[in-house]
Amino acid sequence: MKTDGDAKQTDTGVKVKLYYTPEDLPEFDYQTSLGIPGKYPYARGIYPTMYRGKLWTMRQYSGFSTSENTNSRFKFLLDQGQTGLSLALDLPTQLGLDSDDPLARDDVGRLGVAIDTLSDMEEMFDGIPLDKISTSFTVNSTASIILAMYVATGEKQEVSKEKLRGTIQNDILKEYIARGTWIFPPQPSIRLIGDTIVYCIENIPRFNSVSVSGTHMCEAGATHVQGIAYPFLAAIAYINEVLKRGYRIDQIAPLLSFHLIAGGIQFQLFQDVANLRAARRLWAKIVKERLGAKEERSMLLRFSTGAMGSGMTEQQPLNNIARIAYYALAAALAGSRSFNLPCFDEAYGIPTEEAIRTSLRVQQILAYETGVADTVDPLAGSYYVENLTNYFEKGIEREMEEIESRGGIVACIENGYIQGKLSNQAYEVEKKIQKGEIIKVGANRFTIDEEQREMEVFKDDPQVLKRQTDRLNRVKATRDKNKVTACLHDLNKAAIEERNMMPYLIDAVKAYATMGEIVEVLKDVYGEADQPVFI
Amino acid sequence: MDKERPIRVIIAKPGLDGHDKGAKVVAKALKDAGMEVIYIGLRQSTDSILSAAVEENADIIGLSILSGSHVPICRELLERMVQRGIEGAKVIVGGVIPRADVQILKDLGISEVFRGGSSFDDIVQAVRNIVRGAQRK
Repeated sequence: MKTDGDAKQTDTGVKVKLYYTPEDLPEFDYQTSLGIPGKYPYARGIYPTMYRGKLWTMRQYSGFSTSENTNSRFKFLLDQGQTGLSLALDLPTQLGLDSDDPLARDDVGRLGVAIDTLSDMEEMFDGIPLDKISTSFTVNSTASIILAMYVATGEKQEVSKEKLRGTIQNDILKEYIARGTWIFPPQPSIRLIGDTIVYCIENIPRFNSVSVSGTHMCEAGATHVQGIAYPFLAAIAYINEVLKRGYRIDQIAPLLSFHLIAGGIQFQLFQDVANLRAARRLWAKIVKERLGAKEERSMLLRFSTGAMGSGMTEQQPLNNIARIAYYALAAALAGSRSFNLPCFDEAYGIPTEEAIRTSLRVQQILAYETGVADTVDPLAGSYYVENLTNYFEKGIEREMEEIESRGGIVACIENGYIQGKLSNQAYEVEKKIQKGEIIKVGANRFTIDEEQREMEVFKDDPQVLKRQTDRLNRVKATRDKNKVTACLHDLNKAAIEERNMMPYLIDAVKAYATMGEIVEVLKDVYGEADQPVFI
Repeated sequence: MDKERPIRVIIAKPGLDGHDKGAKVVAKALKDAGMEVIYIGLRQSTDSILSAAVEENADIIGLSILSGSHVPICRELLERMVQRGIEGAKVIVGGVIPRADVQILKDLGISEVFRGGSSFDDIVQAVRNIVRGAQRK
C-alpha cells in the first residue's frame, strides 16, 4: 500500500495522505497509546464517562460596562440555560487603573465590566449565590486582586470558601506574548501567581487558580502546535514557582486548567482534534514522568477550548455561524470541558446579544440534536486521527525543546524571541489569505458586492464613565480612610518581604481600597515590565 | 520634499488594548513595500505618539484600535496635533471599526480608515496616495 504519492499539503503545513491504513500506526498499542477513557495516558478523555456523565460547560464571554448591567446580564444568561459565567473585565480593571484615572477614560466599561472596588463585585453577584455558580474571570496581572474580591464577596454572602468554584485566567506569560495586559516584570508576576496557587491549595481546593492559555497565542500567530507547547512551558514555570515553596506536584497540578485552541484562522477539523488529544496524552506524561506526580488527578489535562475573532470574516458575517459550528464540533470531538465560541459579528465590534445567543444555540444544537455527545472520543482508532495525534505529540515536544534550548520561556519572552516569531508567522498567514492561497469563503472566494450592508452593532452606553466614577467616589467617601491606609501599608511591607500577598490583598479589598491604589503599591515594589517592540 | 526619500510611518497602539498582531503585520507589509516603519508599541498616549512622529519626521501616523475607543482617541490626537502645531503628518486608522464610524473618523480629519478585511495592497496604495496628495499641496 503506497498512498504517499498523493500527499496533500494542508494550510498548516501538515502533509495529508490520500488515505490511511494500519501501516500508518506502526507502534500502535491500544493500551499504551490510548487506554480507556479516564485512565492514563488519557488520550481518549480525562473522565470515564465524559459527556454522558456531564455535558461540557456552555460559556459565552460576557460582561458589560457596570456591575448593575452585568448583574442583569448574568441573570439573563442563567435563565437561558447557561451553566457557567464567563466574565469580561474592562481594560482598566485588567491593568490596575481606577475608572477615574486619566489613562482609563476611553476604556471604562468598554470591553467588560469595570471593577474599582469590592463594592462593584458585590453588586455584580447580588442575588447570585456564589456556591451555585462557577465564574471564569478573564484577568491576569490583577488576577490576585480579583480573586481577593471574589473571596471577600463569598464571605459577605456567607458562602464558605471551599464552596467557591471558578477560574481566574492568571496566566501572565501569555500576556507578554500575545494579549498585552502585563503590568509588572515577569519574575514578580510569576511570584504573585505562586501566591494565588498556594492560597487556593490551602483554602479553595476547587478553584482553578490558573487557566494557562494557548488560544491567545494562536490568535497572535502561533501555530496550533505552538499553542500547546508554549502554554505547557508557562504552566511548568508556574508549577516550579510553587514546588520551590515546598508544595508537592500533586497539590499543585489539579489547580491548573488550560484554554486551548479549537478553531480560528488556521483551523483544520481533524488536526485540531488530534492536536488536543496529543496534548492530553503528553501532559499526562510530563506531569507523571518529568514532574513526578503520583496521583492520577494531577495528570489530567483539564482544558476548555476557544477560538477568537480572527477566524471570523467581516464579509458575509452570517457565514461565520457555520464556522463557529465546526469549531464547536472539533471541541466536542476532542473532549473539551467547556467551549467559548466566537460570535458571528466579532469583526464589527463587541458582540450583540443576538450573536452571543446564537453561539450558545450552536453549542446546544450540537449537544442535544446531533448525538455527538453519545459516546466518548468517537474518532479514536481512526488510522488518520491516531497518526495525526502521534505527529502532533512529537511536534509539541519539539517546540518545547526549542524554547528550552534557548534559555526557557521567560528568557524567550524577555528577549522578544517568541513575540518576533509569532508576528512573522502571522504575517505569512495573512499574506497567504490575501493571495488566496488559504481560502476564506466569502472573503477571498465566493465574494459578493455587499457595500450597502450594515449590521446591528453593540451600542456603548455613553453614561458609563460617569456612573462608574460616581460609584467610585461614593465608595471612597464612605470607607474608613485610616483602615485603607493601614492595609496599603501592610501590603507594601508584605511585597518587600516577599510574603504570600493573598491575605494582605483580601484585607485591602475588604477595606475598599481601590484596584488602582493596590496596584500602585505593588508597582512601587515590583517595578513595571519593559516592552520589547519587534516587527 | 525629496522625491527619493522613502515614506516614513509611525505605527502605534493608543489606549489600553494589547492585541497588536494587526499593527505588526501592517507594519511588516508597509516595510516590505519599501517604507520606513517604526512600531512604537502598546499603551501609547496621544502625546507620546505625536512626539515619536515629530522625532521620526513621519509622513504617516498609523493607529491600530480594536477596543471600540477609536472616536475619542482620534479626536484627542487630532486636537493635540493642532495645539502642538504639528503639520505634514497624516493619520490613518485600522482595526475593529464599525462601518458607520468610518465617515465620523474622516470628518474628524483621519485620512483613511482600514476595517477588518482590508488588503495590504489597498493599505500600501492608500498610504502612497495620501503622502503624494500631501506633497502636492
